Amino acid sequence: MIDIFAKHAGLRESYDGLTATSPRNPFEVVIERPVSASVGIIEGRETLLFGTNNYLGLSQSKKAIEAAVETAETMGVGTTGSRIANGTFGLHRKLETRLAEFFRRKHCMVFSTGYQANLGTISALVNKDDVLLLDADSHASIYDGAKLSGAQVIRFRHNDPVDLEKRLARLKDHPGAKLIVAEGIYSMTGNVAPLDKFVDIKTRHGAYLMADEAHSFGVMGTHGRGVAEVQGCEDGIDFVVGTFSKSLGTVGGYCVTDHDGVDLMRLCSRPYMFTASLPPEIIAATMAALEDMQEHPELRTKLQDNAARLHAGLQKAGLKTGEHISPVVAVTLETVDQAVAFWNALLENGVYVNLSLPPATPDNRPLLRCSVMAAHSPEEIDRAIAVFGEVARHFGL
Amino acid sequence: MTDSITDISAMIIEKLLANPKVPRDIDGNSKIVEDLAFDSLAVMNFVMEIEDELDVSVPLDKLADIRTINDLAACLLTLKAAQA
Repeated sequence: MIDIFAKHAGLRESYDGLTATSPRNPFEVVIERPVSASVGIIEGRETLLFGTNNYLGLSQSKKAIEAAVETAETMGVGTTGSRIANGTFGLHRKLETRLAEFFRRKHCMVFSTGYQANLGTISALVNKDDVLLLDADSHASIYDGAKLSGAQVIRFRHNDPVDLEKRLARLKDHPGAKLIVAEGIYSMTGNVAPLDKFVDIKTRHGAYLMADEAHSFGVMGTHGRGVAEVQGCEDGIDFVVGTFSKSLGTVGGYCVTDHDGVDLMRLCSRPYMFTASLPPEIIAATMAALEDMQEHPELRTKLQDNAARLHAGLQKAGLKTGEHISPVVAVTLETVDQAVAFWNALLENGVYVNLSLPPATPDNRPLLRCSVMAAHSPEEIDRAIAVFGEVARHFGL
Repeated sequence: MTDSITDISAMIIEKLLANPKVPRDIDGNSKIVEDLAFDSLAVMNFVMEIEDELDVSVPLDKLADIRTINDLAACLLTLKAAQA
């Protein structure tokens, strides 16, 4: 009998190597419970949370919690069905209308997760006769959506409009539709995409552009509509995809657009059709969090101030961060052993960040990925910077 | 010269050898993943460098069938011919 797990031998070796040298398994950190948006109990200790993507702190929104409780009491806790069968409640339609209004778009489709929003949008928009042009550093959900679509996939260099244009020019005689996919903020590095430049290129080459604003929705722009709002190029983005699981603190994903053709996507997007829809209490919490976000634009100002404070502080401590100031601040290290030891020391000193390892990181180097929150106090940020500095000195970095 | 599999293979090998981590004894029959210890991301990133050299784009699905340096050279030659 062939060992069905034999294919994982390489992964097993890497995993065993990693867990043998680390005092704790970095993939099994348990947040026993959150004390607030910025503090959680890990290993019995109060720990500063700098790795949650809870950018506006709205996972703890009182308004969202009350909406979820009230809705669960009146409507129950699940829909037990797919959107195209028995899983569409009035609340789903209401959320779609609210989001379309928020983004000033004609249409919105809500998905059960952000992952499925990318999978479901990409796979419904293109097929084997079309070409997808993906930023090389795209999230796994974009690559997986590409695979599900069957379209030809061409990668362009990360955030590089010249490289994108070169690749589109090579496709000038290709008869299929061309869809460019980029992210507003890149989840691993915090890099911000030049969406305005991509809009210019896609217009000249007759391509479509989809922007995944998962990490920038609620975070960037005067109204929180993301990087496209900041760069003044929203009209040129054909499809905006995102998630509720970051700035809104719940779960679920969306696609908004002005293209009327999107209505039929509800009947051909498999990740939309063949899964249970979002439970009513999650929809209610998401709508309440969206209201909270709109009523409190000062959260975004605070977040940007906090991001700048952490970014500057880590650089001053001599650590290597990306050049963009965004709520994702990643410290790049050279070796996996160094990163594992550093990450453990941070946790033991009360700071939780994400340990990101190759090949999930760009350019094969490990990252200590921090995500900043509006809910962090200046003192909490300074404490995290101080711990980073102490650990770096301890390891002679 | 990049108009035969041999020429393209030679160009690929020259580029690979610029990386000190790549074994010195590689040839056209060397397997990219097994012999060069490249993971999937490293393969995709390396192919990007070659694409620029030949002014072609290799769709990701084509990479799935490529095992050796000569396989990659053959794929690039076909794409270049189709583009001409």
